[in-house]
Amino acid sequence: MTPFQTLQGIAAPLDQPNADTDQIAPARFLRRPRQEGYSQFLFHDLRFDEKGGEKAEFVLNRPDFKSAQILIVNRNFGGGSSREQAVWCLVDSGIRCVIGSTFGDIFYNNSINHGLLLIKQDENVCKHLRDQLHASPGASLSIDLPNQSFTGPDGHRYTFSIEESRKKRLLDGLDEIGLTFKYETQMRAFETNFRQKHPWLFRVS
Amino acid sequence: MTQPQTMFAKIWQRHLICEDSDGRSLLHVSRHFAHDGSWHAFSFLQARGLTVRHPDQLFTTPDHGVSTHSHHIEDIHDADQLRVVKGLDANAKKYGFTVFGLNDPRQGIIHVVGPEQGLTQPGLLIVCGDSHTSTHGALGALSFGIGASEVCHVLATQSIWQRKPKTMRVNIEGELSEGVSAKDVILALIEKIGANGAAGHVIEYMGSTIESMSMEARLTLCNMSIEAGARAGLIAPDETTYLYLKGKPYSPAGTDWDLAQAYWQSLPSDEGAQFDTEVSFNATDLSPRVTWGNSPEESLPISKCVPSAKDYPAQQQESIQATLEYMGLKSGEPLEHVPIDIVFIGSCTNGRIEDLRAAAAVAKRGHAVVPAIVVPGSSLVKSQAEKEGLDQVFIKAGFQWRESGCSMCVGMNGDLVPSGQRCASTTNRNFRGRQGPGSRTHLMSPAMAAAAALTGHLTDVRKILNGEPA
Repeated sequence: MTPFQTLQGIAAPLDQPNADTDQIAPARFLRRPRQEGYSQFLFHDLRFDEKGGEKAEFVLNRPDFKSAQILIVNRNFGGGSSREQAVWCLVDSGIRCVIGSTFGDIFYNNSINHGLLLIKQDENVCKHLRDQLHASPGASLSIDLPNQSFTGPDGHRYTFSIEESRKKRLLDGLDEIGLTFKYETQMRAFETNFRQKHPWLFRVS
Repeated sequence: MTQPQTMFAKIWQRHLICEDSDGRSLLHVSRHFAHDGSWHAFSFLQARGLTVRHPDQLFTTPDHGVSTHSHHIEDIHDADQLRVVKGLDANAKKYGFTVFGLNDPRQGIIHVVGPEQGLTQPGLLIVCGDSHTSTHGALGALSFGIGASEVCHVLATQSIWQRKPKTMRVNIEGELSEGVSAKDVILALIEKIGANGAAGHVIEYMGSTIESMSMEARLTLCNMSIEAGARAGLIAPDETTYLYLKGKPYSPAGTDWDLAQAYWQSLPSDEGAQFDTEVSFNATDLSPRVTWGNSPEESLPISKCVPSAKDYPAQQQESIQATLEYMGLKSGEPLEHVPIDIVFIGSCTNGRIEDLRAAAAVAKRGHAVVPAIVVPGSSLVKSQAEKEGLDQVFIKAGFQWRESGCSMCVGMNGDLVPSGQRCASTTNRNFRGRQGPGSRTHLMSPAMAAAAALTGHLTDVRKILNGEPA
């Protein structure tokens, strides 16, 4: 997992609310092996027409936003299906940070496992940022995770909150499973006790 | 005296291994469900040289990618789907966990199979790499969907890190009128609180409407908790729960039953337990509903008209207009005039035996005028329906009778709604392209979907039940 420290990059505005994970990563692509890459599937049916041609009007197809590393989104981004492939599509396409007012819970949890930083801001802040990006396409945002702040296209500095454990994992690129095994003693003791308390769950049928 | 506790808090506490310095909880997973799509997580596990920690706590069945035309493995034509369906069997052999395989009579959608087998029980903590894991909360199990990396974590450690969610009590009172089902109740709730209205919360459903619901109706309700953004939905175990569980293959029996039931009876939220958020409504006046938009929050009673963007705050008008264009709907048109191209009855939301009975009761009053597909939620639901003769009712009425699987709800197995076509669907998501690129989905109950099949347009099922000609 790539550690996340600071990032200066082009930001793209995504205006539609409820951009669910079905739209971020359509179902028919989800069984491709992870190592083959998922960038070509990001927003596939919004980006491409039925013949596979790029839809010129879709924001990430516009020349100014093609190399965006940051998305400013509308409410309830990443709701719906638990498919982690939505995160794979984003990170494989070079998106490292998404700023929005609300995110789907499962998507929020999935993002951390692939070094994708999600920043929560009020919807009016997000709208203001999207408006600025529409007015000056190709503008950059600058994100500083250690200091929990970012700077908008107009130079205004915003702060954000993030849980300490998420921040640490992003900064260090740490893997969760390795961390959990440090609790092996507690896990083992818990499991022994749990099996004694719920014997009916473990009878061999 | 101890503080009154919610059922959620009791189950959480029962599974709490420890907390870290950041206030996160490491929770034991008492039962882990998986399906063909969990293949990526097994690949991650193998790539990291890890193994399944407790195969006796893992139960699986292929559902997303299976053909509904037949359960012969050769009938899965897509190489990617074939690989993952075969992969589930191979992984079950390799690691020694249970799989109800493609040809096992117990195969089905994992969220139908878990309760049906008695694997889903009150007071358990259940996870699965699928958002509709919330379904299992109907039996009082704290159940939620997770992503592939988290599935890998559970396979390796039988545990999961979570931050304690908030709690929301949804109190629903009143008797449902004829033609109104759990599907209409949950669509009404989501319209009321929004598709992200329960984000960060675990919902506990209470009230007289819930108490008088069958287990199958409760499963429908909890299934769509995720469409309100909730982490999970819960219903306290009661006599309905115990009657449902008694005698199921994996239910406790004999003295084990008494032991288990003693735990189950300790679970309901204590009198005076505090919830972070309270929502209540009366279900007496609910009518059958349909969705008109691309979010489950966009539903209306069937008697209403297609809304207009002008009815919405300025900020939302553009996206509402885009939705109406995608859906090909005219503002002001009565919903009952909207023509339908195809009907789908099935899914983890509405693919259980009571759903098929409700649909068949409508289907027998006419003949389908558009293609209509019935996909039982499990192979056992299918055989039960056949015992009751429901398959013959559907076939006589011109509906297709298929093998069980997720099918057209997620469109991964080739069952798709063609681009531009409009589907009356008993599923859970009306997202753009959910049932295939360019598909237009209207969510509704099984009875309402069957009614649409008979008339070829969105229809108030009560008219058909009251004898109006289809």
